[in-house]
Amino acid sequence: MTSLNTKINIAGVEMKNPVMTASGTFGSGKEYSEFVDLNQLGAVVVKGVANVPWKGNASPRTAETYGGMLNSVGLQNPGVDVFIKEDIPFLRKFDTKIIVNIAGRSVEDYCEVVETLGDADIDMIELNISCPNVKEGCVSFGTNAKTVEQVTKEVKKYAKQPLIVKLSPNVADIAEIARGAEAGGADAISLINTLLGMVIDIHKRQPVLANIMGGFSGPAIKPVAVRMVYQVAQAVSVPIIGMGGIATGEDAIEFMLAGATGVAVGTANFYNPRATMDVKEGIEAYMKKYNVKDINHIVGELSYI
Amino acid sequence: MNRWKNVKILSNKEIVPGMYELDILAPKMAQISEPGQFMNLYCKSESRLLPRPISICEINKEAETLKLIYAVVGKGTEEISQMREGETIKVMGPFGNGFKVGKEQDHIIIGGGVGTPPLLELVKHLKGKKRVYLGFRTNPILVEAFEKHGAEVHVATEDGSFGTKGNVMDILTKTEPQGDIVYSCGPKPMLKAVYNWAKEKNIPSQLSFEERMACGIGACLVCTCKIQREQEVDWENRRVCKDGPVFNGDEVIWDD
Repeated sequence: MTSLNTKINIAGVEMKNPVMTASGTFGSGKEYSEFVDLNQLGAVVVKGVANVPWKGNASPRTAETYGGMLNSVGLQNPGVDVFIKEDIPFLRKFDTKIIVNIAGRSVEDYCEVVETLGDADIDMIELNISCPNVKEGCVSFGTNAKTVEQVTKEVKKYAKQPLIVKLSPNVADIAEIARGAEAGGADAISLINTLLGMVIDIHKRQPVLANIMGGFSGPAIKPVAVRMVYQVAQAVSVPIIGMGGIATGEDAIEFMLAGATGVAVGTANFYNPRATMDVKEGIEAYMKKYNVKDINHIVGELSYI
Repeated sequence: MNRWKNVKILSNKEIVPGMYELDILAPKMAQISEPGQFMNLYCKSESRLLPRPISICEINKEAETLKLIYAVVGKGTEEISQMREGETIKVMGPFGNGFKVGKEQDHIIIGGGVGTPPLLELVKHLKGKKRVYLGFRTNPILVEAFEKHGAEVHVATEDGSFGTKGNVMDILTKTEPQGDIVYSCGPKPMLKAVYNWAKEKNIPSQLSFEERMACGIGACLVCTCKIQREQEVDWENRRVCKDGPVFNGDEVIWDD
């Protein structure tokens, strides 16, 4: 019996398989450990942390949509110090990589978190310049290629771990933004964050979300995400972590064929706490079916009609 | 995976217009359920991804069954209302921090509409005097069930079709009961009124909140309520699904 190689390498960090969790959909893994063996994950990408605690937005913060949902959490988090004290020791009990998503309202905020994480026992940092739910910072940095380059460059100066830059889909030219991140020194790029959306309660004639607009995610957004991963893969040479509506192994394979080396499962965790395991097993089933001995062999391997 | 599986529907029937009673055979889940907790119910339609959080009305550990009462408020609950006896439904739970039963002997229990069901299981666990105040738009539910468990029940309906015309606060302020503790579940404006009423009388309150949820297990942070615990310098957005749904009235920041 020949064994399948599912190992991937992103910016020097080796993962046992390409399956990660999307930031903000998995907490720091504790809530899911009842349903998922965290040892089976390539990496856990934790909920965004900032230099100080953030309270997040007012409720209601969610609305279901056809095949998806909106959220307007607004990066509620207990701050980096609590995260280091409580979440890293928990995650380190498992044989998986730890990727810390970081949030900020200013470049200084980002740099402060990254600096604080310098001595922490983590594997990578994911720079969130793409949250649509926070007015200052975040997505305002992520929608202009020049700013993306500058923020990335600045944060990179403080980062001791490899830096992933997470991109917003709410831009005119995703390839240009990706090139900005690469020029700024990003070691990898992850995409897509949520699409900006809105739901209206026609009976009350009110927006459903207290924040009016929110981030749209779930299976419904997958074609947009695959398209953007494809465009970014054509534009940059750093590795890509693809996400946006992944719920099955087939979905993950689609992203990998479009050019993603790793994949992240997000909203699917909310309705299927074992979604990451379904994706992992689905990838392996695909490899067996098509005799793919090394998962890296399918990355970007599209042929055209 | 005791808390996530397909279970058998024993019955699913409309008890008053728009409100349904669902009985499920839920071994293991029933064993670990407590008053005030909730279950997540899944639709079969793939377009409706998220589970629907429904409070547990009654727990039967011997028969391993759970009774859930829900209102049809949208397409998801409408789909669930069409499910039939003998079918299976995917459920997850029980989740949440329920009501805490202490040594109090004189209980005031206040329910509003579809917030009434979880109070029934609670009443079964309370010893001593149990005064139940319920408010509905029109058709009351569970009145006899509360009485069966030794409670004195007062009912208000907004249209006056049953009991006193008005809302639950009207009958509460009219009768002005005294007690050691208030337990309540209902819409947030009602909980706020209940809290203020109880606070004036110096009666501690345990209040069960409802909020739009996604995961139900504490990961997504969408179902929050402003809570300030003792010895905390500032309030925090706590998770209704995991830290609640029951909070002490004194912990809640009532600014909205």
